Amino acid sequence: MVVETGFSSPRTDAFPAGLRVLVVDDDPTWLKILEKMLKKCFYEVTTCCLAREALNLLRQRKDGYDIVISDVNMPDMDGFKLLEHVGLEMDLPVIMMSVDGEIRRVMKGVQHGACDYLLKPIRMKELRNIWQHVFRKKIHEVRDIESMEGIESIHMARSGSELFDDGSFLGGEDTTSGRKRKDADNKRDDKDLGDPSSTKKARVVWTVDLHQKFVKAVNQIGYDKVGPKKILDLMNVPWLTRENVASHLQKYRLYLSRLQKEGDIKNSFMGMKHSDTPPKDSTAGSGIRNSINLTQDNVSNGSFSFPVNHTLAPSVDLKGHEGDRKGITSGPMTELKGPFPIDVSGPRKAKSSKISFDHSLGSVDSVVNFASFGPTDTAQYSWNEIPEIQFKQEYEPLQLENRFSQLPLPGLQHHMLPEYLQPAVSVSPGPSITEKEATSSGFEVKSMYDDYRSNHAKHSSQTEAVGESHSLNNQVFKSISTTTSSMKSQDTVPNHLTVSEFSPKNLYEGVGADDLQLCWPQGDCYATNFGLQGLDCTEHNNPATALETPFHLYDHPFDPTEYYASDQGLFA
Amino acid sequence: MERNPMRRQLQTLRKSLFDQGYLDDQFVQLEELQDDANPNFVEEVVTLYYRDSGRIILNIEQALERKPFDFNKLDAYMHQFKGSSSSIGAKKVKAESTLFREYCRSRNGEGCMRTFQQLKKEYATLRRKLEAYFQLARQAGPVETACRPK
Repeated sequence: MVVETGFSSPRTDAFPAGLRVLVVDDDPTWLKILEKMLKKCFYEVTTCCLAREALNLLRQRKDGYDIVISDVNMPDMDGFKLLEHVGLEMDLPVIMMSVDGEIRRVMKGVQHGACDYLLKPIRMKELRNIWQHVFRKKIHEVRDIESMEGIESIHMARSGSELFDDGSFLGGEDTTSGRKRKDADNKRDDKDLGDPSSTKKARVVWTVDLHQKFVKAVNQIGYDKVGPKKILDLMNVPWLTRENVASHLQKYRLYLSRLQKEGDIKNSFMGMKHSDTPPKDSTAGSGIRNSINLTQDNVSNGSFSFPVNHTLAPSVDLKGHEGDRKGITSGPMTELKGPFPIDVSGPRKAKSSKISFDHSLGSVDSVVNFASFGPTDTAQYSWNEIPEIQFKQEYEPLQLENRFSQLPLPGLQHHMLPEYLQPAVSVSPGPSITEKEATSSGFEVKSMYDDYRSNHAKHSSQTEAVGESHSLNNQVFKSISTTTSSMKSQDTVPNHLTVSEFSPKNLYEGVGADDLQLCWPQGDCYATNFGLQGLDCTEHNNPATALETPFHLYDHPFDPTEYYASDQGLFA
Repeated sequence: MERNPMRRQLQTLRKSLFDQGYLDDQFVQLEELQDDANPNFVEEVVTLYYRDSGRIILNIEQALERKPFDFNKLDAYMHQFKGSSSSIGAKKVKAESTLFREYCRSRNGEGCMRTFQQLKKEYATLRRKLEAYFQLARQAGPVETACRPK
């Protein structure tokens, strides 16, 4: 297949064989089935039945996996939270799975950055396609660079290119761009990935120490006033680039906002206030904030972390929206098309390439549809409700809803129906989003943070949005969530919901051919059969995690204290 | 058509499981995964399912003994159970799970209990039928041709 993108040629024809997949699911039956299915695709499979084990594995071998597939509901940690961690620390594409296709849940997944959300029972053909997420992410890295054209990051890139080569980037997305710029002659476009030697980017590993320096710098500067440059200066880590910091800051912000939300939920108090982007309209601004807090989400698993946003982020920072919309809007990406308007101001920066929402539009649409983000109809939806996050939760923690509000899906509206489109979703299996992609390539979700903020902003604007237009385009970030809230019930979500993908990180770390070895030493990180042995894993529930009560994951509001406690694990 | 009478019988039994709605397409997916490397894959998966899901059933039963019902917890358990049941294509069992979850959401304890009883019946019935099926399959001997009735 294609591999033009630069995967090492020797592997080209074998690609995607050898894709290194980590599967996390507390259900031993599914673990066995998935393992078999993935092996049939000639992927290298590692199974795990506990989220924590999975994180350990990932941390031990930072570049040992290309993609993670995880169930949403697990006893020791919420799948969304795992998603968040993986995004923050490793920036790998993550696919969520569940037997629950409720739109809200799916949305939540997307919001948290899942690059796809599969419904159980999962079919072989869906698994065969997962390599596309890895590939896409890589390509997006390239594109991100392009979109950064004209953005200051370019300058950074130039100056930092040397740094890039050192491989210190976070996930390399920025670096790639940086690199690209540097080698202007390089074909940026996705080809770049192909040349391992030049594109070899080491991911920045945000160790506990490094992160602590980061946090310290942030606190010193003042959270409200931070900017990547300032942080970088304070941190005084020579090999770190501004892009690295910006990218990490984005994630951090999302992470914090999630925490905040959870806290807010408890206190029903507004969520994050990001000073930087005051909701534009704020009409509901405050309301939105709250809503954005998605507290609801958090509630469920705390994981709400938008942060994951990797993919989700539909929010592509679309700068277009003046940032207030930032929300996730994967929506009308079309609008955004262009190099994201990301104006790399501050955190927003291009870093977001990760999330390049770009094509997600396609998928987003589908998702959005669900949510009916309604800018069009929003009125009917919960948009209004969103602000209070009191989404009507149907008994299920709405997290999703809240989240949705954050995700404005611009443009999706075409599908929006007041009733949430159900299944109208055009879930396009696999890379369906082709056209969208083309346009959106720019989307990076970069600033999830921004999105986040924008979400807040958005909410307020949601109400307006509703009125506004169906053309989400400007809204980009229409909160999808709002619509979700209206959605009740289960919408049948197509099995394969493609969500925007993240910006591809190095697909295989520079795509070494060797990475793709088909043979994955059986014993090697196979670890795992964590899952299999663990038939009891599922019982963990309470005992195991002091941090989270498994069942609470599903339905109960997240207890912020618990959450914080678990933070330790963020970079642990 | 199978010439071997036992094979024919097996096929008939298999077909009835689908026709009567006990199994859905997922079961076929499992059969397709079975190969020389894992010649008893389907049976292994089913065995694993019954072992693991039995645990969840027990949890639900215990939860149903505590009053008032913790619907959130019950729903969570059932969600887990449903996920598991979807792995082998246990159609009727899944349907009961869905119903149970709806009752949880509407906080209908009576509905939950009723549905749970029904679910356990379906669960047990399917187990019996599958056990008979696998036993017959073993007796019928390996399939010479790769054809699997679909």
